[in-house]
Amino acid sequence: MQVKTKQFNQGAAVAMRNPTIQKNLLDLYHGFHSARLKASAATPDWEALQDRARAIKEHTVENLDHYLALIEENVTKAGGKVYFADDDVAANKYVVDLAKARGVKTVIKSKSMVSEEMGLNHHFEDAGIESVETDLGEYIIQLAGETPFHIVAPAIHKSRQDVSQLFHEKLGSMPSEDITELGREARRQLRQKFIQADMGITGANFIVAETGTVVLVTNEGNGRMSTSMPKLHVAITGMEKVVPSMDDLGTFLRLLIRSATGQRLTSYVTAVTGPRREHEVDGPEEFHLVIVDNGRSKLLANPELRESLYCIRCGACLNACPVYRKVGGHAYGWVYPGPIGAIVSPVLTGIGNAKDLPFASSLCGACKEACPVRINIPRMLLVLRRELTEGTTYPDQKRVSLFERIAFRMWRIGFQNPALLRIGTAVGRIAQIPFARNGRIKNAPFLSKWTRYRTLPALPKSSFRDRWRKLSNEK
Amino acid sequence: MASPSERKVNAELFVTCIIDQIAPEVGESTVRVLRRLGVDLDFPPEQTCCGQPAFNSGYWSEAKPLARKFIETFTGDKPVVIPSGSCASMVRVFYQELFHDEPLWAERAANLAPKVFELSEFLADELNAVGQIGEIASEAKAQKTSTTYHETCHLRRELGATTQTRKLLKALPNVTLTEMPQSEVCCGFGGTFAVKYSDISGAMLSDKVNNIKASAAESVVACDSSCLMHIGGGLEKQGVNVQPLHLAQILDQAMS
Repeated sequence: MQVKTKQFNQGAAVAMRNPTIQKNLLDLYHGFHSARLKASAATPDWEALQDRARAIKEHTVENLDHYLALIEENVTKAGGKVYFADDDVAANKYVVDLAKARGVKTVIKSKSMVSEEMGLNHHFEDAGIESVETDLGEYIIQLAGETPFHIVAPAIHKSRQDVSQLFHEKLGSMPSEDITELGREARRQLRQKFIQADMGITGANFIVAETGTVVLVTNEGNGRMSTSMPKLHVAITGMEKVVPSMDDLGTFLRLLIRSATGQRLTSYVTAVTGPRREHEVDGPEEFHLVIVDNGRSKLLANPELRESLYCIRCGACLNACPVYRKVGGHAYGWVYPGPIGAIVSPVLTGIGNAKDLPFASSLCGACKEACPVRINIPRMLLVLRRELTEGTTYPDQKRVSLFERIAFRMWRIGFQNPALLRIGTAVGRIAQIPFARNGRIKNAPFLSKWTRYRTLPALPKSSFRDRWRKLSNEK
Repeated sequence: MASPSERKVNAELFVTCIIDQIAPEVGESTVRVLRRLGVDLDFPPEQTCCGQPAFNSGYWSEAKPLARKFIETFTGDKPVVIPSGSCASMVRVFYQELFHDEPLWAERAANLAPKVFELSEFLADELNAVGQIGEIASEAKAQKTSTTYHETCHLRRELGATTQTRKLLKALPNVTLTEMPQSEVCCGFGGTFAVKYSDISGAMLSDKVNNIKASAAESVVACDSSCLMHIGGGLEKQGVNVQPLHLAQILDQAMS
């Protein structure tokens, strides 16, 4: 997928000007966010589940080589093939070559964020292969030629009117603002594709090492159709999605579903192990699992950022984030938006491409509070800020702002010495005279970024340290 | 229950740079409230800033000298009271990150952390003074007023202090607490974020102002003067007549 992380501010401005997007983003707070809070409150052992999930992730990521080898062993045993792709290029080549070799004409796709990283649909298109997204939200944005706005709800930025107009233009359907009718239209279109497809692509919410099982969590059934209708099933996933055992899977399913949508269980949880066996009536003849690195090794190698690999892509941090709820998903410029995107995108796409993302946060910590696996996102934002400011890990990627650097140096020298601080304050009290009225500054040219939205208190005549002497005498 | 004469607590006050320089009246209220509860306060004059602005902006090398200065200023055994959730978080939580590569300073910071208290924690938990504050306030002749509470981010999510301020406010007989919607959502300040991403911050602030208006309270209370400066500036800019008050100020008013 094209990296547009440098255009954060432009993307943010577009979303903030659009009333439909603003309304839908606010609805995330009252919808998914509130539903998650209710669902977790109704789960008596919620915090213990979180602790357990965290411990499993820590263990698994520390021993990732072992579990990836185990996955390969068990998928192979079940009659499937595993391919480890170093990057998007290798993954695309493997999948498209496979499709060509099998004479595939139509591909149906269930939701996969990794395939978005790869821009897989474009590669199919270039190869003359039709590839159709079957998750309703993904289907909508594919028709619109857009990218996902949200990890769980990719078309959350569109209104029913938008979708009606889109279906009318692209599918020739009658305009309708009835959501059921719009859903029916998508179903009519997709049913045909399910029947004619000769390859099914899915992601994987989890891959279970001890059995070699791919697990999909969906509400529309399209995931199960994609794994059972075509002759060929290819699951594509990031290498961090492995969990050791079926028992561990239970822990994560309870956390993921409640955190994502507030449901106790989604309509469909599909577990697929290898291709169809002899005694089975359903399932593909051929099964491939593509495990993608695509920069994840860089997160794994960095102890300060490693916990970003614990993410289970539930989207809870997006729904909780007051910045995401203003700027939306497209501003983040790559596959993963919101707080977790601000960590993952800079590392996966190159830190120089994403200088805004770690800074475009008030560090309020709502993401940390929402995360089911207790990922400390604000801590990692601070680490990336340090790296972008004065770090040495990415020496060519320094965020050079000489003015800011000098300002912080002077600020530090002033605050290190109370006597200098007094002088600084005295200078400030004189400098503010032209702008201060009744102790408030309502407008000042060099403060316009502040005063556009707020007034500012002027420096008072005396500081607390000046007043302390009088206060100590009052004792 | 301890009366002022009975309780003998010594504590040191770290007033924070923003209160020192911009909102000294909050520091004065903090001192008066604590003294009424029998706390004997010191104000080490060497103190300035905890270093958070530089730390949050990525300039950890500029934050470190100020963090070391803080640690060296507060070496005694007395509790350190900070009327700010954010600055208390910096000292208690983030000094460990800041000194991740300097184990000796990290250890000094870790030793300091348990005696650092944000004001509402100190009043409600350490002094266990909610009842006493209520008694003093019921003897005082303060006017009836209503307020709403904005939970500041670091207080809630770094220190986990979600109940203390509400308990304290509810103990005041002449103060009615009317909750605003989304009281736990950030006001959009975030230090340099407020100017670097001015439009996003402004949009978040606008939501906060609307939620404060929805509470119909006469004032909005928070435990951080920086957030209050932001919220107060937004209220004034939008011509909303709600007074921003630090917890120390509303307690001080209610107890005098």
